[in-house]
Amino acid sequence: MDLTFPVKPFKTHGGADVPHHKNTAQMKSAILPPPKQVVLPMQQHVGAPCQPAVKPGDMVLIGQKIADSSAYVSAPIYASISGKVRPMKKVMLAGGQVLDAVVIDSDGKMEVSPDVKPPVISNLDDFIKAVHDSGLVGLGGAGFPTHVKLKVPEGKTIDTLIINAAECEPYITADNRGAIEDSQDVFAGIREVLKMLKIEKAIIAVEDNKPDVIKVMSELAEKESGELKGHIHVLALRSKYPQGAEKVLIQSCTGRCVPMGKLPADVGCIVMNVTSAAFLGSYLRTGMPLVKKRVTIDGSAIKNPQNVIVPLGTPIKDIIDFCGGYKEPPKKILMGGPMMGIAIASDELPIVKQNNGIICLGENEAHRLEPTECIRCGRCVSGCPMNLMPTFLEKFAMMKRVDGLKKLSVMDCMECGTCAFNCPAGRPLVQAIRLGKSLVKAEGKK
Amino acid sequence: MGEKLVVSSSPHIKSGVTTRKIMLDVIIALVPAGIASIIIFGLRALLIIAVTVASCVLSEYVSRRVMKRKQTIGDLSAVVTGLLLAYNLPVTINPLIAAFGGVIAIVVVKQMFGGIGQNFVNPALTARIILMNSFSAPMSNWAKPFYYLNSSDAITTASPLGMLKQGATVSQLPSYMNMFVGDCAGCLGETCALALILGGVYLVARKVISPVIPLCYLGTAALLSAVMGRNVLMDLLSGGIMLGSIFMATDYTTSPITVKGKVIFAIGCGVITMLIRNFGSLPEGVSYSIVVMNLLVPLIESATHPVAFGKETAKDEAKR
Repeated sequence: MDLTFPVKPFKTHGGADVPHHKNTAQMKSAILPPPKQVVLPMQQHVGAPCQPAVKPGDMVLIGQKIADSSAYVSAPIYASISGKVRPMKKVMLAGGQVLDAVVIDSDGKMEVSPDVKPPVISNLDDFIKAVHDSGLVGLGGAGFPTHVKLKVPEGKTIDTLIINAAECEPYITADNRGAIEDSQDVFAGIREVLKMLKIEKAIIAVEDNKPDVIKVMSELAEKESGELKGHIHVLALRSKYPQGAEKVLIQSCTGRCVPMGKLPADVGCIVMNVTSAAFLGSYLRTGMPLVKKRVTIDGSAIKNPQNVIVPLGTPIKDIIDFCGGYKEPPKKILMGGPMMGIAIASDELPIVKQNNGIICLGENEAHRLEPTECIRCGRCVSGCPMNLMPTFLEKFAMMKRVDGLKKLSVMDCMECGTCAFNCPAGRPLVQAIRLGKSLVKAEGKK
Repeated sequence: MGEKLVVSSSPHIKSGVTTRKIMLDVIIALVPAGIASIIIFGLRALLIIAVTVASCVLSEYVSRRVMKRKQTIGDLSAVVTGLLLAYNLPVTINPLIAAFGGVIAIVVVKQMFGGIGQNFVNPALTARIILMNSFSAPMSNWAKPFYYLNSSDAITTASPLGMLKQGATVSQLPSYMNMFVGDCAGCLGETCALALILGGVYLVARKVISPVIPLCYLGTAALLSAVMGRNVLMDLLSGGIMLGSIFMATDYTTSPITVKGKVIFAIGCGVITMLIRNFGSLPEGVSYSIVVMNLLVPLIESATHPVAFGKETAKDEAKR
């Protein structure tokens, strides 16, 4: 058994020195008072949408299942408040998809369902089922159902569990606060995954701009006794965006390069977000499925920036009101951070499982550079963590040259935004690359 | 919420580096060489600089107006071209010829091909080549350093490279130290290696340029100079090689984007420079070498695309 850990991170390509703006990192998370109503879209994950398991008029309790799917790649959804189910409603999510949603009017009691009890686990199948039943999806933003990720394909051996606490997006501190406030649960989650999946070691990867997280995690890792003594290690990463991107993170932590079109499991790794690990720990202890989320509310338009723990389905507006409202009219509202977050058209949207922050930018911060001609400075190329050539991809996309796009591996772009962030000419590179990807996909369908 | 929200593609923040700021950094980096030229060749150097900068900026303004395109003089790239053109002219040049050079650089080489980022050869260097072929005598009329202090002496002399070409021995040339600080004949901005290196260090420190091109260019030239049995230090300190390798060969638009491409490009510049210096009938080959390599950039670039993350390992796996 190899229990050596890297002393410092391995080298990765490119990246950007983004501003950190971790204004809320030292503030204790607040708990939102029960909202009057929650809206729970039937798809809060990558995979098949759920079918509602309740009808209008039903009374539901916290933790009661309200929607599920028989598909394997999916995750059930639970009531996040107690109250009465209203007629179904269509909602448009940040990405533009229109979905059915279960609406619950609060009865103000926040009563917990009697079904909520710790799962009994005696083997791996029980564990995977429990993870499925918890409703857990990748909480870092990807939203991939965790039970699918933890089901290691036959013939693959995993030797390293990487806990992603890099949190490289500016402003967002939800993982940072979670790692500190729920540190015991983080470790409980890690222990369970290591034991159940028979993984040798876990690396908790944290960007070095969060010394408090490194300290708390290192202390717990050192205190670890029993059979996992010495199996959990904290690695301080360089604070360089996009350090938390899965492939970049694996390379930083292990020096391994995930081959194009392959998965982390192909290089012996599973990557789990630190908040997902903490949730798993708490679920195994309490049996309370995923019904609430810690979100960072920040940006120049917010009066009192802070982390707030909110029931899923809470309208964004309610949380912003709780944070003192807007101090200036917001020009842009982002679901997620400013590098990869989605700009939304209304603050009425509900919080879903993958959300970790709402960033409201005022007039000055939302200001955009008027694009000028590319001067071929090469900052997009030298900064690309995937070693692509964004300026060429942009040109091919605008010319609809599918052959060129394919040759330059457009589909491998993860849209981290480093190129467009760095571009002195303000070119909309990521936007053009998204267009390029859809051109390639459309060609594939022909 | 009365006002509408802006919805746009991510990312939603920018690094703050803009084309204008980059050009401003290049201008700052060119200031030491400019000051050196005024000290060495007198106030006439300042006049020539002012004329070429004004001519470039005006040419850019007028051509954008005439072509009904968005005005771009604000990006300061025309100022950079003007400065570089002036640095590539002898101080004795007729200001009208200098101004004509600016028109060639901006109108013919840059704007006719679409403006900033679109020209395929370096505007200032191409203008210099055209002027050399059109006005060969005034373009090689080298003033003696500090001629303006003692008016009785003859004011023109040969450049060190010209002297070498005519068979002069090293002892007849200015000392290394004199050449390092610029106390020798030559184009007004090229003689002071010290000032140019200072500017280069500033550009590297500000991450405006990578040191790959200057180092590979100078390294190749030094190696070839040694192989050819020439005086290595003399080759590095004389002529336009410092100015060319630091400020002209590193021009974004006309040099490869990829790191490997930059290496090939710079080695090519070094080879052609030394071939011309050693075997050609011209004393100097920096301008031609860079312009010839400019033309090869698209080919070099397509041959040096970086391998995307995981592509190589994916291929290895497929083989197994």
